[in-house]
Amino acid sequence: MSDANDGGPSTPDTPAVERVEGPGIAVRGDDVDTDQILPARFLKVLTFEGLGEFAFFDQRFEEVETDGTVEERETDHPFNDPAHRDASVLVVGSNFGCGSSREHAPQALQRWGIDAVVGESFAEIFAGNCLALGVPTVTLDGDAVEALQSFVEADPDADVVVDVGEETVSYDGRTVDATVDDAHQHALTEGQWDTTAQLAAVPERITETANDLPYVESTR
Amino acid sequence: MSENTLYDDVWDRHRVRTLPSGQDQLFVGLHLVHEVTSPQAFGMLEERDREVARPDLTHATADHIVPTDDRSRPYGDAAAESMLSELEANVGDSDIAFDHPDTGRQGIVHVVGPEQGRTQPGMTVVCGDSHTATHGAFGALAFGIGTSQIRDVLATQTVAMEKKRVRRVEVTGELDDGVTAKDVILTVIRELGTDGGVGYVYEYGGPVVEAMDMAGRMTVCNMSIEGGARAGYVEPDETTYEWLRETDAFAEDPERFAELREYWESIRSGPDAEYDDVVTIDGDAIEPVVTWGTTPGQVVGVTEPVPDPDSFEEGEREVARRAQDHTGVTPGESMQGYPVDVAFVGSCTNARLSDLRDAARVVRGREIHDDVRGLVVPGSQRVAAAAEREGLDTVFRDAGFQWRAPGCSMCLGMNDDQLVGDEVCASSSNRNFVGRQGSKEGRTLLMSPRMVAAAAVTGGVTDVREMSLVEADDAEETAEVTR
Repeated sequence: MSDANDGGPSTPDTPAVERVEGPGIAVRGDDVDTDQILPARFLKVLTFEGLGEFAFFDQRFEEVETDGTVEERETDHPFNDPAHRDASVLVVGSNFGCGSSREHAPQALQRWGIDAVVGESFAEIFAGNCLALGVPTVTLDGDAVEALQSFVEADPDADVVVDVGEETVSYDGRTVDATVDDAHQHALTEGQWDTTAQLAAVPERITETANDLPYVESTR
Repeated sequence: MSENTLYDDVWDRHRVRTLPSGQDQLFVGLHLVHEVTSPQAFGMLEERDREVARPDLTHATADHIVPTDDRSRPYGDAAAESMLSELEANVGDSDIAFDHPDTGRQGIVHVVGPEQGRTQPGMTVVCGDSHTATHGAFGALAFGIGTSQIRDVLATQTVAMEKKRVRRVEVTGELDDGVTAKDVILTVIRELGTDGGVGYVYEYGGPVVEAMDMAGRMTVCNMSIEGGARAGYVEPDETTYEWLRETDAFAEDPERFAELREYWESIRSGPDAEYDDVVTIDGDAIEPVVTWGTTPGQVVGVTEPVPDPDSFEEGEREVARRAQDHTGVTPGESMQGYPVDVAFVGSCTNARLSDLRDAARVVRGREIHDDVRGLVVPGSQRVAAAAEREGLDTVFRDAGFQWRAPGCSMCLGMNDDQLVGDEVCASSSNRNFVGRQGSKEGRTLLMSPRMVAAAAVTGGVTDVREMSLVEADDAEETAEVTR
């Protein structure tokens, strides 16, 4: 693979993600959709920069009317809690990230500081979008999620260790079995989660496949 | 794993290779692009000194942020203007065909692809939009993708994907009068759950699906993602071919049509097809439905009582309770009479010509309720033009609806078409998530276009079967047979 210096395609550095270690933060509830993670009005942007501050925006702020004036006030959402500001492991319920395919949602979480998401289950497009950013999505059973959520709420500073290779989540002297999708695990631990260069590496085979399809006009 | 299904066949034909991760590298036959999820992908492409590999298989439109009232440029919303300008620049640089609002072809990405015959059976279709499953109505494998994957497809015309299991969703019997494709898919999601489809693609079939027109099949496939399925499709048949025959792609090229038809017929799931799961839904029992909560699975028949949260399994109880707090519905009572403030006929789910005709049958000769703000947003400029030739715009305007220009509009409120405060919207769209329609106190009731029309007229949720339908004059109805 050539690099940017010779004018050819450049490939960004995509380090292996073996494990993620850091304080946890819990967002409770099932079916948390991407409109909640990042409301659509924040999608009117040309880059992903700066999206972090809008994560869970509509849950984090409410309008309160006092004496005829409306002001925006912070709610008690965990993403507003200074004790959780350094969190990097997000712990969620089932079907997290359902709804739209907006990559802006995991981009916002990552830019806020989240490096791994642990939950009961994930919507597939969301999980795929996380993978493309090198953010593991790891599943635990419902009771284990509940226990971990209670733990991180009680102890915002304690480290949670998400081991992608071993498929475990460790905290508070305990190690819990977790599940990581096989393909995600491979891509993360091998540092192959950014797929462009890999896909581009076989141009002849792509052309061959295309030319065998009755509906595609042959190119070469 | 499934064998000899359409999914297996089309997947295999498009597989370039299996990647070290175990995912497959799939060739993409049609890449649809819109203004919201593509700018970062074009940006990454430029950063990496890569070019668009197959502009000939890439097609763009603008739908999410375009205004539906004043479309003069620059747009009043500077952010929207910058997004459209960015798309104009990106497709111009890359030589990608673009259904610009000035072309008369602009519209919602999942409406324009099918109406131009770009979407065809046995294709792989991707788009940076979760409702890409819509194109599965033609027997295509159609997936919503994220922006990093858009980058990959732009750069290589391939995408890394994992093969899923196949669930056959068989809808038996015959639909009652007044029951539509929208009621079918909402019932499927109600039965199987919003995450019931995780790990699967859905193959929809059975007598009810076979009897549906293409617009109905698109409505069903469109909401596959609301049921958690990665994609949904219907096997191609005469209904499919009849639609395609008249499109831009084939109207003047019958030879190409005949040639490809052989391919289309060859990909149908064979009699020996094996599915990972088969589910049967009783089509005779489906009635017009409406959502009572904040997920598309929180669905109830219009005459049924809203369920008590305590009647749900433990995991769903709290979700149901919070949903009912938000919508303010009363368990034990039916949704009939629940007042609505806004009626929205539109979105990639239900904004095709037949959807508008369907709503017009209810609206014709009536007026919408004084307290209701009504919006009809056709799916594309061609749908709008065809509807106008039939006089549907007049039917809606006379009734008090606003007749708007095409776009995603109030489905997700990225332009000015938004709910205000805690307004209730009877909506033909696909998501009733909190905040979805632009106001976090806003409440969305999903239903068919026909039910939206009925709610608009009466000012509250209404069983459309109790309203007489007024057909257009024969002359009007046959004036235009555009899709």
